[in-house]
Amino acid sequence: MRRIFGLVPLFLGITAISFLVVKLTPGKPVILQYALNPKVSLEQIRRLEKLEGLDQPLHIQYLNWLSNILRFNFGYSLADGRPVKEKILERLPITLGINLASLVLIILIAIPLGVKAALKAGGLFDNFTTVILFILFAAPSFWLALLLMQLFCIQLNLLPISGITSLDFEYFTLPQKIIDILRHLFLPVLVSALGGITGLSRYMRANMLEVLNQPYMLACRARGLPERVVIYKHALRNAILPIVTILGLSLPGLLGGSVIFESIFAIPGLGRLFFEAAMMRDINVIMAEVVLVSILTMLGNFLADIAYIYVDPRIRFNSKA
Amino acid sequence: MIKKFFIKKISFWLLSVAAFLFFVPTLDFAQDYGDAIVVASIADARNLIPILASDSASAEICGLLFNGLVKFDKDINLIGDLAESWEVRGDGLVIVFHLRKDVFWHDGHPFTARDVEFTYQKLIDPKVKTPYSGDFEQIRSLEVIDEYTVKVVYKEPFAPGLASWGMPIMPRHILEKEDLNTSRFSRNPIGLGPYRFKTWKSQEKIELVANPNYFEKKPYIERYIYRIIPDESTVFLELQAQGLDFVGLTPLQYKRQTDTPFFRKHFRKYRLSGTSFTYLGYNLNNPKFQDVRIRQALNYAVDKQEIVDMVLLGYGRVITGPYLADSWAYNKEVKPVPYDPKKAKELLRQAGVFNSNGDGWLEKDGKRFSFTIITNQGNEERLKVAQIIQRRLADIGIEVKIKVVEWSVFLTEYIDKRNFEAVLLGWSLPREPDNFDIWHSSKTDEGEFNFISYKNPEVDRLLEEARRTFDLEKRRQCYHRIHEIIYQQQPYMFLYSPDSLVALHNRFKGVEPAPIGITYNFINWWVPKRLQRYATIQP
Repeated sequence: MRRIFGLVPLFLGITAISFLVVKLTPGKPVILQYALNPKVSLEQIRRLEKLEGLDQPLHIQYLNWLSNILRFNFGYSLADGRPVKEKILERLPITLGINLASLVLIILIAIPLGVKAALKAGGLFDNFTTVILFILFAAPSFWLALLLMQLFCIQLNLLPISGITSLDFEYFTLPQKIIDILRHLFLPVLVSALGGITGLSRYMRANMLEVLNQPYMLACRARGLPERVVIYKHALRNAILPIVTILGLSLPGLLGGSVIFESIFAIPGLGRLFFEAAMMRDINVIMAEVVLVSILTMLGNFLADIAYIYVDPRIRFNSKA
Repeated sequence: MIKKFFIKKISFWLLSVAAFLFFVPTLDFAQDYGDAIVVASIADARNLIPILASDSASAEICGLLFNGLVKFDKDINLIGDLAESWEVRGDGLVIVFHLRKDVFWHDGHPFTARDVEFTYQKLIDPKVKTPYSGDFEQIRSLEVIDEYTVKVVYKEPFAPGLASWGMPIMPRHILEKEDLNTSRFSRNPIGLGPYRFKTWKSQEKIELVANPNYFEKKPYIERYIYRIIPDESTVFLELQAQGLDFVGLTPLQYKRQTDTPFFRKHFRKYRLSGTSFTYLGYNLNNPKFQDVRIRQALNYAVDKQEIVDMVLLGYGRVITGPYLADSWAYNKEVKPVPYDPKKAKELLRQAGVFNSNGDGWLEKDGKRFSFTIITNQGNEERLKVAQIIQRRLADIGIEVKIKVVEWSVFLTEYIDKRNFEAVLLGWSLPREPDNFDIWHSSKTDEGEFNFISYKNPEVDRLLEEARRTFDLEKRRQCYHRIHEIIYQQQPYMFLYSPDSLVALHNRFKGVEPAPIGITYNFINWWVPKRLQRYATIQP
């Protein structure tokens, strides 16, 4: 409970500092929009700034913003005058969908891969996956994406290059539509999962190795437990503990999206929305992101702590302690 | 005998029928309707209310949905669009527009003078977030004479005002009671142009469909699909998969990457004259650049053709003045000076810049003559240009430093505050040549566009005169003289105008390149039925 109250000043601090940093960045939104356009005079720019409320002192602007946020009003985007909430909500499903799909893919592949490698550490499988994973880890994802596109979409002509639907989508039947979306999402999900798979499976391998070398493993085996039970019941449960932390921390990442492959695959996700907002100094959109990500980060940490209690009985939060 | 003649006659007929069947279709006798054109943009549109649309994507879409009272024809001359004709009266103080009577909004409502009045009122309304009010603030009053006649009275004669009526007209019957700044119309517009709005999926695509009741005629191409693809490599991959039909190319793509059998088979490439130019501007408040001989010498010392050849692989034009090179305002008599480092050194010597201490670098009044060129970050082309200039000036003994600055800092801390020696930048070249805001001596304050502080009484007078007269011949003379003076005075070192290079899928017929580009007759483009690639609602 006390922890939850502690989050409030933390949240205020995060937003105040972010607000200040964005405001101190040189370049004003209105000026950037009409830069070097001789048809737009200085007076017009001043007039537009006034209409946006950008001529007010900083602390007033911040307090205005804060009072709006507390009423769940994220304001309007300076770029196109649409409500920020609407802009975020229309992109949320696609980013969330891709990230969830890739997270599932990561867990399904990385954990067995790590465990298998750890069981026969130094063996052929371990060495082989180590090399492959390091190559994939080192390869920049945009480059990998372009190579895969060249291979699957141009040379083999199997998959569409970019976007999330075909241009004749509306003329398709329902099964065709589903297949069309899956075909479009295959490469983006694969590429976004690759980085996670390489990282997580190495973590898993290292954790597993550590646990396998613990004396209680010997004890388990000495008690005559079957190898399967030793590995999957006793070893895996302990080895997976740090993974839970990592998954908790990746919660904000679910909404973050990535500018790089959203751009490469032309996917209308949140990553691009926030990137463009930052380039435009579109303060309301930037701040909405700050709020989202900070809340999710705090929530992620909080959930990871709670998950610990269930995964590891030794950890107990005692209000008397 | 008769029989033979008969057979001959028959076979002649058969032949001509065959000829008719085989040859006539290729003579564009029957243009087919249908298909789609797919274009790509790196950025999404922001707002489809024409007077609020400030980015190029929005402007491009608005251009297909809406029309203005006037437009430019293929040779960049002003002609009527929604206005059938116009008269200029009272020494240029009054313009009377006679509107077309056969125009309807996409919802079937007739277009009238009330729509023009409404658009004007919104343009000058201080509560509307439009950046385009400038030209319309010169208007004293606008009067609706009858349903199809509008009388515009200016405060003083203002020739560029005529072209400003190319501003798309908005439908009064829909927007009258709306707040334009927050109206849903911005994402669901109703226009009267050749295409109607269909859907807009943010950051994904905008789709338009042909307007069967367009007042000129129904466009042949049924669907216009505007895809948003932010990554240039993806755009090029899509082009290779024929997923895009009409795409701008870089010089390298134009020359090498599209020089393959695949591209020659499926695409046509066009090299069109540029609509912008790149220059080196000198801060004329800085004593280093106040002597005209020094500026002229720098012009002799830099080989512009070399810059075009190296930076643009030759796809650009060396220019001598600030006007569209194919338009009536551009003075073709002003020839670029040759590359002549000897002449440059001689002029510098006359201006008191020469090597006095034997170190190889030139000095003025005992101090080394050196200056810094600033340019904005993220534009490789400009950086290369700056480096070539740096090298060529080093050849004659002038030391140049290059400073690359992030765009917003560049604008607010350097340009607006006049805090630079020389700046490498570009201007886009509007079809209406009036460039009062860039060259008039009254426009040198902070935030205004004569940031090099150019002051020339004759240019001032000519700029004012060219604004006051509607006589095209007089305006031509004014701009030609301005062009001549500015090239002689060299406040800018005029460098080049880059060509716009495009690839268009070769199933599109009816394309006729002209000085204004190729899209001016877009409603005449068509695709033969057998080559069509996309589904349409048409049977």
